[in-house]
Amino acid sequence: MEDAARLLQLVINGAAGGCIYGVIALGFVLIYKASEMINFAQGDLMMLGGFVAFSLIAGMGLNYWVGAALAIAIMAVFGFLLDSVVLRRVIGQPQFAVIMLTLGLGFIFRAAAGISFGYGSVTFVTPFTNKVENFGDIAIGQDSLSIVFGTVVLCAVLYAFFSKTRIGIAMQAASQNQLAAYCMGIPVRTIFSLIWGISAAASAVAGILLAPSTVLDVNMGFLGFKAFAAAVLGGFGSIPGALVGGVVIGIVEQLAGYYLPAGFQDVTWNSMLLLVLIVRPQGLFAETQRKKV
Amino acid sequence: MLQQLKTTYTQDISLFANRNAVISYAVLILALLLVPAVLGEFYVGELGGVFIFAIAGVGLMLLTGYTGLVNLGQAAFLGIGAYTNAVLMTKGVPFIFTLPLAGLVSALFGVLLAIPTMRMTGFYLAIATLAFGSIIGTVFQKWTSVTGGFDGFAVPTPSIFGFPIEGTNGVYYLSLLVLIFVIWLAINILRSPVGRAMVAIRDSEISAQSMGINLSLYKTISFATSSGITGLAGALFAHYVRFLAPDSFDILLSIQFVTIIFVGGLGSLHGAIFGAMFVRLLPQFIAIVRDDLPFGIGRMPGLEPSLFGLVLVLVILFEPLGMHGRWLKIKAWLKDFPLHRRSGIRRQKTYARSERLR
Repeated sequence: MEDAARLLQLVINGAAGGCIYGVIALGFVLIYKASEMINFAQGDLMMLGGFVAFSLIAGMGLNYWVGAALAIAIMAVFGFLLDSVVLRRVIGQPQFAVIMLTLGLGFIFRAAAGISFGYGSVTFVTPFTNKVENFGDIAIGQDSLSIVFGTVVLCAVLYAFFSKTRIGIAMQAASQNQLAAYCMGIPVRTIFSLIWGISAAASAVAGILLAPSTVLDVNMGFLGFKAFAAAVLGGFGSIPGALVGGVVIGIVEQLAGYYLPAGFQDVTWNSMLLLVLIVRPQGLFAETQRKKV
Repeated sequence: MLQQLKTTYTQDISLFANRNAVISYAVLILALLLVPAVLGEFYVGELGGVFIFAIAGVGLMLLTGYTGLVNLGQAAFLGIGAYTNAVLMTKGVPFIFTLPLAGLVSALFGVLLAIPTMRMTGFYLAIATLAFGSIIGTVFQKWTSVTGGFDGFAVPTPSIFGFPIEGTNGVYYLSLLVLIFVIWLAINILRSPVGRAMVAIRDSEISAQSMGINLSLYKTISFATSSGITGLAGALFAHYVRFLAPDSFDILLSIQFVTIIFVGGLGSLHGAIFGAMFVRLLPQFIAIVRDDLPFGIGRMPGLEPSLFGLVLVLVILFEPLGMHGRWLKIKAWLKDFPLHRRSGIRRQKTYARSERLR
């Protein structure tokens, strides 16, 4: 019984951590679906989002909810500007130029955060910090619950946005066929910048959700590489796939951390990633497509 | 770029562009040979580091610059070369065997990586190589019986035919020799059918395939030579640092290698050298001018990585051909000094290849 409870505990904690990966992966997938760009700085956007929330809530003493909403809005504007000022210029360059560009941007974000917030780790008090709910044998922290709940809400909002609003449908159209969308009068470039804004906002949500359960530090952006694994696992063009992939990676990581010797956590998800890329490069959830010549 | 008028077919595959090039390279090599006699030990050591990174840069340039395959796990090959060399030397194998063996073992691992990643392109390849590099990095840290774990690994002093290669000067000359050999090898590969096939694959896989180029064979060759050359650099790196720490072969080092070829200029061997100079000398330059900068900029923490990132971003945005491309433009400007026109430089148009079905 105790083993079963512990296993369940690990799975739930893993799923909560995995939701974070899933949300970051969602940011990748949104950008990739729209513009075929890969944003290697997505994890660093999450870090920036966390730090903006930190400076609003702990630094300026705002209410948690107001501060969080403001941080998400600031990051959305930042993402929009990032695309319209910087990324716009490399359209047409080979894909790895974009990869290197976003890697370089990640370095700059990290340094900027380090200069303005210091290289130590910081933390701020949230309504969920250090509170535990008991379900029979299992104790679940409110921080984990808030992560799962926040992810579900974010997905519902995004789903409603993409399927119900005019601009969301325009975004779907632009990512399906740019030229046709252009001909129908959709401002494709603005749409792409908006998608970057949404993606950065999603990363900020991830950073804020992560804040109660861990400390913020400048190098937390490297978490983004795990989100890559999540996105690849789900097939890089599928939003539900990214979330499921994130949860799978999170659970595997927790189990590996418990049952395997220390330090092999990274090996497990890396080998999973390689295995998926080798055996099923289109991901676990995407439909098979072949490119025509 | 400025085109040279060629009158015979042999000119197209000659080792040097013209007689002036022969003379200037000879002068350069002579000057580099004399460096230890003129400059202090610090500068000789730094130049040795530049040579080692340039070797690895040439290796990666063959793969990324000429075959168009990204590798974000190149540091793993450097580590494999370094540990192969060091471990074999402690077993008593002489250095003249361990150096090529380090290259061979790395090349073998390159083939191992090439086989599963054969069909991947673009960012899938980038992610797969990233994962590979991370796994190998963890192996270095956990395989304590061989690598010594976090205690590190003291590398024995190499000797060739009884002459010990000691100190900064020894590593300097050895690296210079290997660098010249590697560049010569790379030029020869590039003007052979293998190199032409690589360039064809870079420019369009589909058209290369329809011209009868065996994609998997040439991609594997490219991976093997690239990682083999990087393994040689790793063997030298082991002697350069003298004490191997398993966590030095991480993702940041891999990103540095990719920075070398991007900042230097994709698709040119000069670029690999320029890039290595940039990556190795920028930190030293910052250290030297640190105290003279106004407003305490020099004492800001994290100045170095942010400058790396900034330069990388600026190069990709404004000079996709890198330092080498800028150098060619400056040369062209000097050549027709008062009459220079911007349109005189042939501009290369690049297109992103869509992975979509349209």
